Amino acid sequence: MQAFLHQVLSGFATGGIYASVALALVMIYQSTHHVNFAQGEMATFSTYIAWKMISIGFPYWAAFLLTLLFAFVLGVAIERIIVRPFYKAPVLSVIAVFIGLLLIINSLSGALFDYTIKPFPSPFPSDAWYGGPYLSPHEVGMIFVTFVVLALVFVFFRFTPLGLAMRAAAENPVSSRLCGVRVGWMLALGWGLAGLIGAVAGMMTAPVIYLDPYMMFSVLLYGFAGALLGGIDNPWGAVLGGFIVGVLQNIAGAYLVGTELMVTVALVIIIGILVIKPSGLFGRPIVTRV
Amino acid sequence: MATLETSRPAASAAAPLFAGLSLRVWQIIGLAAVLAAACVLPFVISSYQLLLATQVIVYAVALLGLNILTGYNGQFSLGHGAFYAIGAYTTAILLDKTGIPYWATIPMAGVLCFIVGFLFGLPALRLEGHYLALATFALAIATPQLLKYKDFDFLTGGVQGIVISAPDAPDGLPLRADQWLYFFCLLWTIPLFIVAWNLLRGRTGRALVAIRDHPLAAATMGIDTARYKSMTFGVSAMYTGIAGALGALLAQFVSPDSFDFFLSVRFLVGVVVGGLASMTGAFFGAIFIEFVPNIADLLSKAAPQAIYGVVLIGCMYLMPTGVMGLVRALGHRLGRWVAR
Repeated sequence: MQAFLHQVLSGFATGGIYASVALALVMIYQSTHHVNFAQGEMATFSTYIAWKMISIGFPYWAAFLLTLLFAFVLGVAIERIIVRPFYKAPVLSVIAVFIGLLLIINSLSGALFDYTIKPFPSPFPSDAWYGGPYLSPHEVGMIFVTFVVLALVFVFFRFTPLGLAMRAAAENPVSSRLCGVRVGWMLALGWGLAGLIGAVAGMMTAPVIYLDPYMMFSVLLYGFAGALLGGIDNPWGAVLGGFIVGVLQNIAGAYLVGTELMVTVALVIIIGILVIKPSGLFGRPIVTRV
Repeated sequence: MATLETSRPAASAAAPLFAGLSLRVWQIIGLAAVLAAACVLPFVISSYQLLLATQVIVYAVALLGLNILTGYNGQFSLGHGAFYAIGAYTTAILLDKTGIPYWATIPMAGVLCFIVGFLFGLPALRLEGHYLALATFALAIATPQLLKYKDFDFLTGGVQGIVISAPDAPDGLPLRADQWLYFFCLLWTIPLFIVAWNLLRGRTGRALVAIRDHPLAAATMGIDTARYKSMTFGVSAMYTGIAGALGALLAQFVSPDSFDFFLSVRFLVGVVVGGLASMTGAFFGAIFIEFVPNIADLLSKAAPQAIYGVVLIGCMYLMPTGVMGLVRALGHRLGRWVAR
């Protein structure tokens, strides 16, 4: 029972990472109906920037905040420069562009910071008081950070005029434009926020699985699974889905299939959801007008 | 899908003449010349170059498979490396564990891939665009892990993979092993291309394109979209699987890590570069994915992928119809210029 509880709780901690990635994916999906395959690579690259800053002597939290700023600017820049021309392009072109982005950012990480696996520091000391029998201090910190991010995102979208404008732009671009909302910039902001949330996920997960250019590949997959499980057009559903996937993955890894088939669990979850209930637990079914 | 139009050459209707011969005749002459060159090739180039040439042919078959699915039917796959892997492993396992002759393993790999592809295509019926890309993306990432799985070790050889020996030329043919393998691949490639050509130019091909361009309208016209889409998935997987089987004979080795996500990405790049919905484009794409990384590798380890990425995005900006689209557009312009 103790071991089971441990698996569930630490699954909850990794679930927080998946929830953040899922939230970042949903943020872009909601406004443009694009699934950003480069999300994971953007996060990895930002994490490398943080690593670089820490290794040249920045204190952790200063590097953390600067990295968030960088990730935000990176997201906005990618949207404005590369993705914008494909706003109305067929799905096929959009996916090809995202895969292209994935390759470019991945090889940039490799070329600039080389392919060796690097340890990444955790801001939560391993002998801190909040560590317990079930969770390491870093896992507790991870859950805490995830909830802070979620709360901030909620407050931003619920209580600020800019958040309202972004929601409006995602809901109904034409009407929002007529009301004076600059829809194009709202999309770019969404990309920036997605980049930022992804960077948090990257920096939180790197101490656990170590930093290398392919770090976020499987994390992204679980993020997809989480987003699909909760409904890819519903942020709260996606977050919940991320947590559920984290716990499921840990339990399956411990009791069912072993650690070697972890990614296959994600594959099964993704295909299972898409076949049984493509709109996810809380998503809206897709209705197209003929 | 405006950018993916398959413009039939208007020339066949208007039939402008180049040096007294119609375009169709020129096409046949060109094809015959290419075939003749392909037959002479193994006797004039070095063994290493021959290896590359054979690999190009194998990739062309794989790209044709993906193109049938993506280019003609509009279903996206980021996971065709998985079918290539299944084909390769089928051949390797059959050669390793049974006494089946190598030439008989190729159709078996094809049949198995058809079945797997068809089955994967069934749930994929409900998925469109991004969702299908997601599912196949997951498939591509999970493939190496599944191949490494320890309970399949007795078949797949686990992380070490399987080493197989290259087939010798049949008795009486004065060919080296590598030359024979080249012709063997060519003997598979030509019929596969002819079959695909016949499949795509007629009723079936029109149905596939109709489903791609407007699924709803296609269904209204009485096309059984579900059947066509899942069959297309099967046929596409079969082509890629046969290519995988030939590729295994060529590499004489299969291992999980050679079938990672980036293999699927290479196929995608090849199809996009060669031209969506173009059969000849498969060869251009194959040449691109075979030679560009070899050249780029000299610069840095990261370069091939970066080039793939830049090419993918660049193609989408500048020539969404790929090399063949460019050739076609130039051909039309030339035709108009000659006709003037």
